[in-house]
Amino acid sequence: MHMADALVSPAVGAAFWAASAGIIAHSSARLRKQLDDRKVPLMGVLGAFVFAAQMINFSIPATGSSGHLGGGLLLAILLGPSAAFLTIASILMVQALFFADGGLLALGCNIFNLGVFPAFIAHPFIYSKLIGREPSQSRMVFAAIIAAVVALQCGSLGVVLQTFVSGVSSLPFDTFVLLMQPIHLAIGVIEGVVTALIVSFVYRARPEVLHSVIKEKPVGELPVRSLLTAFLISAALIGGLFSWLASEQPDGLEWSIARITGSENLPQPGLKAHEALNAVQEKMAFLPDYTLPEGAGLDKNQRLGKTLSGIVGGALTLVICTLIGIVLRRRRQG
Amino acid sequence: MLAIDGSFLDFKQLDLLALRQTAVHRLDPRAKVLTTLCFIVCVVSFDKYQISALLPFLIYPVTLIAVGDLPPGYILRKMLFVLPFALLVGLFNPIFDRQVILQIGPLDIWGGWVSCLSILLRAILTASAAIILVAITGFPAICEALEKLKMPQAFAVQLLFLYRYIFVLTDEGVRTARARQLRTFGRRGLDLRHFSSLVGHLLLRTWERAERIHMAMLARGFSGEVHSTHKQSHFGKPELIFTVCWVALFILLRLYNAPQLLGSLFTGSMQ
Amino acid sequence: MSHHIVETRHLKHIYPDGTIALKDVSFRIEHGESVGIIGANGAGKSTLLLHLNGYLTATSGEIIIGDDPLTKQNLAVIRRTVGMVFQDPDDQLFMPTVFDDVAFGPINLGLSRAEIETRVSEALSRVEAGALRDKPPYHLSCGEKKRVAIATVLSMLPEILVLDEPTNGLDPYARRLLIALLKGFHHTRIVTSHDLDMIFELCERTIVLHEGEVMADGPTLEIFRDNALLDTCRLEKPLAMQGCPVCSPEHRPLPKKPPLVEPHSRKPHQHNH
Repeated sequence: MHMADALVSPAVGAAFWAASAGIIAHSSARLRKQLDDRKVPLMGVLGAFVFAAQMINFSIPATGSSGHLGGGLLLAILLGPSAAFLTIASILMVQALFFADGGLLALGCNIFNLGVFPAFIAHPFIYSKLIGREPSQSRMVFAAIIAAVVALQCGSLGVVLQTFVSGVSSLPFDTFVLLMQPIHLAIGVIEGVVTALIVSFVYRARPEVLHSVIKEKPVGELPVRSLLTAFLISAALIGGLFSWLASEQPDGLEWSIARITGSENLPQPGLKAHEALNAVQEKMAFLPDYTLPEGAGLDKNQRLGKTLSGIVGGALTLVICTLIGIVLRRRRQG
Repeated sequence: MLAIDGSFLDFKQLDLLALRQTAVHRLDPRAKVLTTLCFIVCVVSFDKYQISALLPFLIYPVTLIAVGDLPPGYILRKMLFVLPFALLVGLFNPIFDRQVILQIGPLDIWGGWVSCLSILLRAILTASAAIILVAITGFPAICEALEKLKMPQAFAVQLLFLYRYIFVLTDEGVRTARARQLRTFGRRGLDLRHFSSLVGHLLLRTWERAERIHMAMLARGFSGEVHSTHKQSHFGKPELIFTVCWVALFILLRLYNAPQLLGSLFTGSMQ
Repeated sequence: MSHHIVETRHLKHIYPDGTIALKDVSFRIEHGESVGIIGANGAGKSTLLLHLNGYLTATSGEIIIGDDPLTKQNLAVIRRTVGMVFQDPDDQLFMPTVFDDVAFGPINLGLSRAEIETRVSEALSRVEAGALRDKPPYHLSCGEKKRVAIATVLSMLPEILVLDEPTNGLDPYARRLLIALLKGFHHTRIVTSHDLDMIFELCERTIVLHEGEVMADGPTLEIFRDNALLDTCRLEKPLAMQGCPVCSPEHRPLPKKPPLVEPHSRKPHQHNH
């Protein structure tokens, strides 16, 4: 499942964009060094293939519902880690732009969740290790299922964490996890089976397709690991910093939050601190506590007045926007 | 199977829209990419309960649709398609967040509903921004803009190749799937064996196509690097005005809740 | 390279899986000749073409382009001299716009911006596709794609043009345009096709391949008059040379024993750089 712009905060979006951009740069550099010019057309065309294949549905046995190919693991098997990562990233970018699938800010999160785990972890460390040199069909299926399940579990956990830390959704962490992980376990198994079936089909028809990749070294190299480590450390630091600030210095917290999220709603400073404080506490405490409602510091009449102006103003704004649109359009056509 | 036909045609439609020649279409793609990104960041930076302050942001997609001569119904349809996941998660908010934060007459409104609506608004705004960006810029131009903004060239090449062959491959996929559909007599969906066989064949043909493309590239002197023909795009005054004005507006709307101010003028209840 | 001769001497090619695609192919094509290569599917036509620009390496035998034999060292030069147009234009138009595709070759040759511009404009006007300059390839019709594919090769100023099934999939009008275009070129032209009428119109000389060997090599008209030869090689006369089916319905040659399985048409996937 894709992360959406509507659920992401600027901080989370930016952080994962930084991580993904870094890995894209790293993979591009690695690809260059490999000097395999066949990969250039291959990556593009296989990406388009996955795109097309995703549009064809199959029915999932015993459930009656339909599913489609994800393709991350398949690409990793066919292309190797760096090339597969870039291909997955490119597919996600096209989906984000053309189908608004996910979002442009959340794209960094999606590239990370759906690219890193199949390409750099599931394929090199699980699938490759499990299938050995001359795999039988059942071995392939087994390896692919494990690899796909791991990749998808990590990916969906990523979505959960990113949504949770962003704080736009009120879903508590544990509920969200309980919803996402089992679903993606099932999806992972299906993905593994389908991937293995396709790979074994290819292997029987043209084994050299797969042999050209087995030679590439798995990406256990320093740069990617250190990137991930750096990211995790900084995430932990930021989290720790926040909880310290939250418990001791509300004003300092407001200042930091304002700096990071850019939300400086100046007209109501007192209110902001309350809300910000509780929002952070909710995140850090991992408990389904609720934020203090907006306007808790004001009395009932003030709250009503504020609400009313908000509604009236909102309605007016919508009318104005529509009018502007119509006027501009008339001017273009006229 | 109709799904594949539908989304494929949709894809082409968006691509065609990008070829129009309005004033916004002619702007340097960097201006449009940066403005859109700024828009999205501003929109998602609001706190979860904000609704009214989000509404004025609608002016951006509305203006671009009008000036860019884009079909509003089409954009709307594409957006509606995307709302599901965000909405799905958003609908959990009223379940978990039942603190009353608004009272309109006898009605007690939970925080959860407010934040859910906020999520919906965000989804509409961000989705429309992305689709409109493609409709007024075109995918190759966006790639070029990103390359000029320091995206690695290998990735830009990949994006352009992918884009180029999506049309070819989805065409092939449609034909294969349709041929198969005509032999199933109404039973929905492929079973796994048939699916993997169909897709496996498509994959092999794709692999062979890649080899032929590689042949063609070699035949024209390819030696590992695709050199891009950097178009003479120019970030000049119109682009600067476009970017600065919109970004300034976004920041203003972010800092001040315009509908609130407008509304309070009308209702007379100033804070 | 002064004479731009294309010569093969006892060319043999065996694929990794053991298929003998070419047994012994020898011919010599002089500068400016227009030669058709015809034969049944699986006769070795595509394999032969892929040797002409060094994509495949011969198992034995020699290829000489211009004055020098084809080796790994002079591949780049050969590929500029021999312009190859493949069967499926979608394989050849892989850049975002027509301009980018036609400029791909010149850019790889390291030409200056101004020179690239000139080459592209000239190549496009040569195939009457100047208006398509900024279009993406997926917006072109089949005929337009074919013409642009030729332009992508023309921009490298080759001396020899090799075309694999150029009229494949074209409607009658586009086909007519293409034949007229090809007639106007002064390059050495080597064309493979099943469109025997086009070969008849375009090529004064024809080489007939059958099971990896040269069965005949001579003036096109002579070849198409040899009924026995055509029968053996799973060919027939061009329609223009057959009687009018309405005025004089004569017996059309049928295969003697329709084979159950067609000769295996091998898709090459071995290559050198």
